[in-house]
Amino acid sequence: MEIITAVFSGFALALIVPLLYQFSRKWTGWILALLPLTLVIYFVSHISQISQGEVIKVSYNWIPSLGISLSFFIDGLSMLFILIIAGIGALVMIYGNGYLSGHRNISRFYVYILIFMASMIGVVVSDNLITLFIFWELTSISSYLLIGFDHEHEKSRAAALQALLITGGGGLALLAGLILLWHTSGSWQLSELLVQDGAVREHALYVPILLLILLGAFTKSAQVPFHFWLPAAMQAPTPVSAYLHSATMVKAGVYLLARLNPILGDTDEWHYIVTLAGALTMFIGGLLALPQTDLKRLLAYSTVSALGTMVMLLGFSTTLATKAAIVFLLVHALYKGSLFMMAGAVDHETGTRDVHSLSGLIKYMPITAVAAALAAFSMSGFPPLLGFISKELLYEAKIQAPNAALIIIIIGVVANMINVAVAATVGIRPFIGDKSITPKQGHEASVALWLGPLMLASAGLILGLFPNLIADSLISPAVSAVHAEITTIKLKLWHGINPVLMLSVFTAISGIGLFLKRHAIRRFAARLKFILPVTPTRLYEKGLNSMLGLARVQTRLLQSGYLRNYILLVICTAMALLGYKLLINDKLIPSLNFTGIRFYEIGIAVLILLATLMAVRSRSRLGAVAALGVVGFSIALIYVFYGAPDLAMTQLLVETLTVLLFVLILYRLPRYTKLSKTTNRVRDAFIALAAGGMMTILVLLAVNVQYHPSISGFFAEKSLIQAHGRNIVNVILVDFRAMDTLGEITVLTVAALGVYALLKLKKLKK
Amino acid sequence: MHSLILATATRFLMGLLLLFSIFLMLRGHNEPGGGFAGGLVAAAAFVLYTISFNLTMARRALRFDPRSLSAVGLLISAISGIIPLFFNKPFLTGIWCPQKVPIIGKIGTPFLFDTGVYFVVLGVTLTIIFALTED
Repeated sequence: MEIITAVFSGFALALIVPLLYQFSRKWTGWILALLPLTLVIYFVSHISQISQGEVIKVSYNWIPSLGISLSFFIDGLSMLFILIIAGIGALVMIYGNGYLSGHRNISRFYVYILIFMASMIGVVVSDNLITLFIFWELTSISSYLLIGFDHEHEKSRAAALQALLITGGGGLALLAGLILLWHTSGSWQLSELLVQDGAVREHALYVPILLLILLGAFTKSAQVPFHFWLPAAMQAPTPVSAYLHSATMVKAGVYLLARLNPILGDTDEWHYIVTLAGALTMFIGGLLALPQTDLKRLLAYSTVSALGTMVMLLGFSTTLATKAAIVFLLVHALYKGSLFMMAGAVDHETGTRDVHSLSGLIKYMPITAVAAALAAFSMSGFPPLLGFISKELLYEAKIQAPNAALIIIIIGVVANMINVAVAATVGIRPFIGDKSITPKQGHEASVALWLGPLMLASAGLILGLFPNLIADSLISPAVSAVHAEITTIKLKLWHGINPVLMLSVFTAISGIGLFLKRHAIRRFAARLKFILPVTPTRLYEKGLNSMLGLARVQTRLLQSGYLRNYILLVICTAMALLGYKLLINDKLIPSLNFTGIRFYEIGIAVLILLATLMAVRSRSRLGAVAALGVVGFSIALIYVFYGAPDLAMTQLLVETLTVLLFVLILYRLPRYTKLSKTTNRVRDAFIALAAGGMMTILVLLAVNVQYHPSISGFFAEKSLIQAHGRNIVNVILVDFRAMDTLGEITVLTVAALGVYALLKLKKLKK
Repeated sequence: MHSLILATATRFLMGLLLLFSIFLMLRGHNEPGGGFAGGLVAAAAFVLYTISFNLTMARRALRFDPRSLSAVGLLISAISGIIPLFFNKPFLTGIWCPQKVPIIGKIGTPFLFDTGVYFVVLGVTLTIIFALTED
């Protein structure tokens, strides 16, 4: 019960935020932060239980017929993610309070961010694969809403759509992969799959499953070539970038890889694909970061690079690499979240994010400067910060990589050098030197704006000095979960002088060199851009445009805007399909039986035929309408003869209303003139006769066909006993088949609104 | 096209027609009729009113925006489907009141559902007809 409350509390709170905001106003963010804070405390209270290898599990029935349940389980891996999500979540609520203060849609921001937080927690605690998928998609949707938060800007909307299309497309692949996974293993439950001991790897469908699931994970975690949505997503307000697009959501893909490692991992395919994608992303993300001058874009590309590093490490499937990945994941969340919030604070106070126009801010924003420096040192991997421990682990894992260790070390060192340069550009350079001229006179940001970065950056320092605070409680259980076996991990700041330390020193020095030469590199990169003829961004744009083009073409072909053409198309298509089916079944001629026919039935048939002829031949509108009315009323008579009073009544009423409607609008219509050419009229007559004939044949055939026993008997028998009604037709409508009726009245209402809108639109155009 | 005879007749007919529409809806469960037919009769009554007087007066006589009527009807039907969920039965299962109510007879959620259909049909028909009649 507690866990389900913990997962859904965010959704519940999101519902009442707009109401709460009316009372709490500028304190809303602080108040909302209490929820994630409570969650942190609640989950920390379970940490000793989890670190002893216990797993907390709960399950509720949801759709039992499909094996889908609301089931959750929490192990070491979930715990680490929950604490990151809820912990940074609390700080982001407070930070957003300061950053967006005075924004007229601020309560909307809180709603979205709470929905996101709850969904993200849902992703990492889900046991059922479908539940996991639903929460996964919810994070994509909340990310879409948050990127497009400033929806008046075209660029925000485009970036939001791009992120949604790419992560949503990956989500579809993921769903297919998960369904295949269920198909091969017979279970929707992760906790059951984890103990199946890799039976899926032997299955013939292993490769498709792997590829589909990887597609989902790679799009979400912005792996090359899907990386481009992440820098574009920087259109979101900075609290969103700090939370979703660096610390949490983009790591959902990493989570999925780590979670599925015992089920799908440690095969040749896994090693090659995951390692390669990760290494490429790490390298390309780093290269793309170098020429950037916008604080947020610099951080975004380095996030892409960092995500690549994590994915690459998980591709190794060794305990050491997993340990490095898990520690790096935590470190990255701490320093990148902090740097993003810092960048937002600088932007908020000075009015610019361009690195060229920022310097000497330390005098004006000392607290922010301290936070930035701590985070930048952690990012660069300098002792005694947690970033140093993480980088030592990274190098150690890379040296012991199962394949191509040398190449991996080389590009790993390059990526880390770039990391150092980016850290210096973002976290150090804006604060030192002479004060530059900025659009706004900078001064220290409010508490809300510096609390988050300072807390996160200090956490990096404290955990660096005392790594044992997390080694046994958080890191070991997480690594154990990824490998499905108990592993104990030691974290040390000082390992002695060894090759790994040498690499670290080399990285730091060359990284600083890179930083000093950054202007030359930027100019060089600007020239290099022309070498790349097709970028993924361009491909995405081309794909989107051609899709819209296709939509336009088919709209032009099918949607002429003339009712007569639609009717023609619908009737011809229906007749062609029906005719084809009847022809291949060789049943064109129904058997006719005229015995027992009564004289008044012939009378009605003749009446209908005459009225139809009259309607077609009539030279006045009123005459045609009246003739059509005769047809309708005659049909009602047929219903009466065959004992269907309900149908007859409804038919009569509809006919009456139709005639009334015609009377209402008749005198507004133009004169009844002949507009069509004779050839068109002949064609229409031919089609009308063919359609009528075909329907007649169909009806006559249908009478003689009875595939299943009729259910009329069932309805007649149960109507009074079970549904307390003697009118079977009505009982079917409102009870036995009420779901259909509900659908129909919904369609009716929507159609009415559509008609209303169309008529209003026409009036507006005039 | 104002006609005194039609207008006077309509004044009398309106009440009868609306009463008849409710009667149709109520008897629907056992005799021919039901929410759909009832809603059509009620709509026809207001169309008659529109022809006899004019659109503005018909709107005033209806009191509610027909679009809201159909929305409310949809809501009523949906609620009648949700009620059984509280009795641990599937969506839209009929729940019946054990006691009989005078005049109407047995009442239950299908009855509520039919009331929703009545309002949807009335609202939809009048939304379209009013919009068409407007200048």
